[in-house]
Amino acid sequence: MLVLLSALLAGCQTASTGATPYSAAEYIENRGSDTIVNLALAWAERYQELHPEVRISVSGGGSGVGITALINGTVDIANASRQIKSEEAQEAESRGIQPVEFVIARDAIAVIVHPNNPVSQLTLQQISDIYSGLINNWREVGGEDRPIVRLSRETNSGTHVYFLETVLRLGDSDSDTLFSTDTLLLPSSEGIVYEVRQNPNAIGYDGLGYVPPDLKVVAVARQAGGPFVLPSVDTVNDNSYPVARDLYMYTAGQPSGTVADYLGWILSSEAQPIVADLGFVPAAAAMPAPTQGD
Amino acid sequence: MRATPAKGAADPPLNWQEAVLSRVIRLSGYSAIVFVVLIFTFLVREGLPALFDVPLSDLFSVRWYPIEGYFGILPLITGSLIVTLGAMAVAVPFGIGTAMFISEIAPRWAREVLKPMVELLGGLPSVVLGFLGILMLSPYLRQALDLPTGLTALAGSLLLAGIALPTIVSIAEDALDAVPKSFREGALALGATRWQTMWGVTLPAARSGVLTAVMLGIGRAIGETMAVMMVTGNAPVLAIRLASIVAPARTMTATIAAEMGEVATGSIHYHVLFFVGMVLFLISFAVNVTASAVVFRQRTRAERVLS
Repeated sequence: MLVLLSALLAGCQTASTGATPYSAAEYIENRGSDTIVNLALAWAERYQELHPEVRISVSGGGSGVGITALINGTVDIANASRQIKSEEAQEAESRGIQPVEFVIARDAIAVIVHPNNPVSQLTLQQISDIYSGLINNWREVGGEDRPIVRLSRETNSGTHVYFLETVLRLGDSDSDTLFSTDTLLLPSSEGIVYEVRQNPNAIGYDGLGYVPPDLKVVAVARQAGGPFVLPSVDTVNDNSYPVARDLYMYTAGQPSGTVADYLGWILSSEAQPIVADLGFVPAAAAMPAPTQGD
Repeated sequence: MRATPAKGAADPPLNWQEAVLSRVIRLSGYSAIVFVVLIFTFLVREGLPALFDVPLSDLFSVRWYPIEGYFGILPLITGSLIVTLGAMAVAVPFGIGTAMFISEIAPRWAREVLKPMVELLGGLPSVVLGFLGILMLSPYLRQALDLPTGLTALAGSLLLAGIALPTIVSIAEDALDAVPKSFREGALALGATRWQTMWGVTLPAARSGVLTAVMLGIGRAIGETMAVMMVTGNAPVLAIRLASIVAPARTMTATIAAEMGEVATGSIHYHVLFFVGMVLFLISFAVNVTASAVVFRQRTRAERVLS
């Protein structure tokens, strides 16, 4: 589908550039996180309608792929669902590149179960114990007497790493808790959704934007007895939902020209509603209006 | 192979077109060997550093979690083996049975429909089968066998059996078809029943071709990636118990496919993935060598008997 979309995009671009007097089209190369790719595509499509002289190419591959490409100088903007790692930043600096970070949206990771599962709330500690293999039956967290089938994304997914650090290890960087070996590692969000939809034993997690309405989202609490919160735009923005993260775009050095205009537009009130349409949480609340530079 | 060198010298010199053509043909013949050697050299060059980066005891341990530096490949090897063995347990009897039916029993019109249909099945993209597996097969297995999840080695085995079946049927049927008619007529004339003829004469006579069919089927199964990745659940659990067949498993191919995309070139993880590729290559190489050794031995004995 991505290929198709980018092909369509490419088609639009050639058509529009052919029609407009601009001979030298401005070209923006945008690559990285698979979580962000749909959002980035939606933005790119809209922006190209408004500015036919600009061509934007969007592709996925993962946060690491995007940042590596930025360091190698093959993209203008890297998408990442995690912050740049210190090794990556060092690598960039050794090549004379100063990565500049933009928070472009926020994303809640929803914990999902089968609609018939009576369990509707869990603490972070319980989720951690489930995924690390300490809790193996739904009965132990107030559910039916059923085995728990743990579903996760593959290890190369930014979402997997985020879930490991924030939920399994409860944000403790010294912790060496790991996923239980019998955790099913599914290659796509769709795989998780299919399995949770038909298997009452399953528990999974996914970006809120990718959770279809027919699955049950579990309310999560930071501490036992604490308020159990469902993920939504409001609970992410007031920080009451504990499993939410920022989504980033990185440029090599302070952006200028077309790239700066594009990023400014992304953070503007014109582009941020698209974020909510795709099920993510707009960053505009956290980042006041489009400012020029930093 | 045997015929070419004897001639040549006595023949009149070839004209230049023939000379060029024979060179081209010879070149493409040798290129197969060259490519295999090049591929293996590349695998070794990229994979062998894994042995220096990771202690052998870690490499052959039971925990695979590469982003935290756990590189135990035993779960992956056992995962591939159990899925492939399961697939063969289904595909070999069904495949040979189907081939025997098509070649020996089915009426002419049925044969003309069945053979192309089976071969068409072989052209089905494995992703499509994977979708069927994830949407139909795995939910069905979970309910029918009362398992925690249907995404298991068994689901992978059944899909792989479906993928390997057309290869096995097609080649085994060709082999059975090539058995001279006189063999069957001789057996029948000696008073053997049709079943005795099929089981005792035709099948043994076609043994080398049938074995080749099975080996190619295994090759097809162990190297298959996409369908397996979609339905086996990819949990790196050591699969050495009998019950492992109904538990999730992670194969070598799925691991390479899932992780190679985002691995940093030259990192330990990168080298270990190539090492896994090397192991995969060696396993299919061993399967092929065994197959040809068995086929070769069987042929010489047959020749001895016939001479």
